[in-house]
Amino acid sequence: MTESLWELLLRSLLPIVGGALTGTIPLALLSFALGLVIALGVALMRLSRIRVVSGLARGYISIIRGTPLLVQLFVIFYGLPSIGIIVDPWPSAIIAFSLNVGGYAAEVIRAAILSVPKGQWEAGYTIGMSRGQTLVRVILPQAARVSVPPLSNTFISLVKDTSLASLILVTELFRQAQQIAAFSQEFMALYIEAAVVYWVICLVLSSAQSVLEKRLDRYVAH
Amino acid sequence: MSPTDPLAPEPVDAPIEAPLLTARGIRKSFGDVEVLKSIDLTVPRGNVVALIGPSGSGKTTVLRSLNGLEVPEAGTVEFSGGDVVDFAQAPSKRQLASLRDRSAMVFQQFNLFPHRTVLENVIEGPVQVQKRPKAEAIADARALLERVGLGAKADAYPFELSGGQQQRVGIVRALALKPQLLLFDEPTSALDPELVGDVLDVIRELAAEGWTMVLVTHELTFASHVADTIVFMDGGVVVESGPPSEVLQNPREARTKQFLHRLLDR
Repeated sequence: MTESLWELLLRSLLPIVGGALTGTIPLALLSFALGLVIALGVALMRLSRIRVVSGLARGYISIIRGTPLLVQLFVIFYGLPSIGIIVDPWPSAIIAFSLNVGGYAAEVIRAAILSVPKGQWEAGYTIGMSRGQTLVRVILPQAARVSVPPLSNTFISLVKDTSLASLILVTELFRQAQQIAAFSQEFMALYIEAAVVYWVICLVLSSAQSVLEKRLDRYVAH
Repeated sequence: MSPTDPLAPEPVDAPIEAPLLTARGIRKSFGDVEVLKSIDLTVPRGNVVALIGPSGSGKTTVLRSLNGLEVPEAGTVEFSGGDVVDFAQAPSKRQLASLRDRSAMVFQQFNLFPHRTVLENVIEGPVQVQKRPKAEAIADARALLERVGLGAKADAYPFELSGGQQQRVGIVRALALKPQLLLFDEPTSALDPELVGDVLDVIRELAAEGWTMVLVTHELTFASHVADTIVFMDGGVVVESGPPSEVLQNPREARTKQFLHRLLDR
């Protein structure tokens, strides 16, 4: 019996890791990349002096942060069809996760932009740069350094949150584990195995974060 | 710095030409506080104008109005041969850009770009804004760094330099733009006393080369040596202006005398 449990765990490792490689990881990467683009846009809107623009950004952030991710996911996948919009599982998941990251990361990016001293903007202006040029060449590179730790948090959370996509039929790590568990009735073993695979992925991400922080710290006094 | 230096501005020998910069009626309030009450300032080509006065007198705000970092409520700034920028009618981006194209600024806190090396700091404006060929910008930058004694630091990051070295990079970054006017905002106020001399030496050499400069400073002795005109400000007005021999040696106004006394008594 014990023998066959180990065999089961070993045998299920392939589909579970496969689910991570073809589901969890691409889903997280794609959603995070799109989410960052949304977040940058929302952060800049939020910093705008035009009331309506910053108000829109504020509203977006408030809705995203004030509602559960699972509900957002269900609204897109199960809700939209009732008004005639049918979105497949994968696109639904990517839309929901990137909108979600967009809301959370917007505040991180906004804070990071504000953390760069005003003198840096002025230095950009006085060498003749426009606002946009100063933002891209002077401010964002410095804001990036500040935002790596909080954005790493966001990314690691996202990797784990992709397990919710199993509920809208996306074949990813957790859905694979669920299916094998249901078939074999070894719930404890399979769910712990899934947990370990998530944990390993997050360990890799944490060390990637340290490497990135070191790289970006090369121009800062220690 | 040799007088035949190719980067130095044209020698000045026509004293009757129009001033390089004329500012008229500059008014500025922060909230209810009127910090500038109609300031006029004339900067002849090749001259050094030093703004002095107690802190809070508005001298830095005047300087920052000249390149639009501060946007006054009223007043005009005009470069000879350029547009009259009228602050009463919210100046356009293009007008502010025209002020900044002709001037460059050296900041009290240096404001070097911390994520770029010394050389990258210096070539940023010439390459990204002025679209000059990179190789040419690098050659110029290296020559300028060499002249202020920082040739060996081209590939260092700002945090690896002392305050005095950072400020000399700040000056080189301004010079690399080949501006018509150099603006200095208390360039030595953030420096340790023993580092002030190196920076003042550089500014003195630039003055001798004929650069046009407006300088906000607390270094009165230095100002008296380097400036053609001293402008003494207090409470948002120009109290007195003229050559150092008048304003600093024989001030007419009571407020000027009081200010000088207070400094000399220390």
